[in-house]
Amino acid sequence: MQDGVEWTWPVVLTLLALGGVTLLTRGFFLLPDREWPLPAWLSKGLRYAPLAALAAIVAPEVVLTQGQLVQTWQDARLFGALAAALCYAVRRDVLLTLVVGMGVFLPLRLLLGW
Amino acid sequence: MHGLRAWLRNDFVRLGARDMTAPSIGIAAWGLVTGVAMVKSGLSVPVALTMSLLMFAASAQLATIPLLAAGAPVWVMLAAATCVNLRFVVLSAQWRPYFGALPRAQRMRLAYFAADLNYVQFVHRFPEPLPRPGQLPYFWGGVAINWISWQLLSVAGVLLGDRVPTHWGLDFAGPLVLIGVVGSMLVDRATWVAAGVAAAVSVLAYALPLKLNVLAAIVAAVAAGLLVDHRSTRTVLPLDDRT
Repeated sequence: MQDGVEWTWPVVLTLLALGGVTLLTRGFFLLPDREWPLPAWLSKGLRYAPLAALAAIVAPEVVLTQGQLVQTWQDARLFGALAAALCYAVRRDVLLTLVVGMGVFLPLRLLLGW
Repeated sequence: MHGLRAWLRNDFVRLGARDMTAPSIGIAAWGLVTGVAMVKSGLSVPVALTMSLLMFAASAQLATIPLLAAGAPVWVMLAAATCVNLRFVVLSAQWRPYFGALPRAQRMRLAYFAADLNYVQFVHRFPEPLPRPGQLPYFWGGVAINWISWQLLSVAGVLLGDRVPTHWGLDFAGPLVLIGVVGSMLVDRATWVAAGVAAAVSVLAYALPLKLNVLAAIVAAVAAGLLVDHRSTRTVLPLDDRT
């Protein structure tokens, strides 16, 4: 966690560009006037790229503290993430996964200070 | 005003809205989580509200939030958001037979609102990929419910998160949701390998400047996935995700 991200022109322009990503991906084959076929490289990359991006972002959020691997097992994030992963494996419900993960994470963080 | 009232009385608009009502409860819960995660990760309230309105894409927002908070370069954020949103590229090809003949300005508006669950409901009602009367009002009825429930609860999450102390760590809700989303994409050995490689490379390469560890992880994971895929022959598209 660093200083807050405040409303400045660079931030607003970044958000506009990110909004453009939503529009261009959702309209990729709908916006052109002529029809394009779905290229083979895209359908292959599509299989792994979204998964890879999400896993790449989640993993450091769980096991790193300020860029260092966690030095203690007394970290509420480890148990919250483990509970969430187990919950999803058993029930396959994303919202329930969130509830169970938070249900493990918050007491450890607030009561034990992990 | 008169136009709005006529629109609300349209049977197809109502049907689209009704079909979206049950799914939008889940959508609303996601909006709440995303709203809380945005402010608790350090985004100010105006920045969080702008992000919610402009991006309107839960997974991409949850993925971008830590990058934005860490001051990652814009192109890394754009690359990450594009990868997370690639599933929409496939869905956009599915929308084309229905709406491809409309004027481009109208297609732009449709594209912004066209979320995953809207597609699921739409194809359920119109399984035949051909233009039919009623499709456009049905679409707008559904996306209106979806957009309103998402944005309302996202704003609620932003305002709520602003009042909860940061040391509670509520921003951890973001990674927890994404753990479930990643789980929904693990359908065979190749996807498990890709996810494992992405997680490991991202952690090991964390010291790279400019948050390049995320891009390195994506490249390594796609390569690993294709390599495993090359040895087996099964192909299943992991599209079980929401917005």
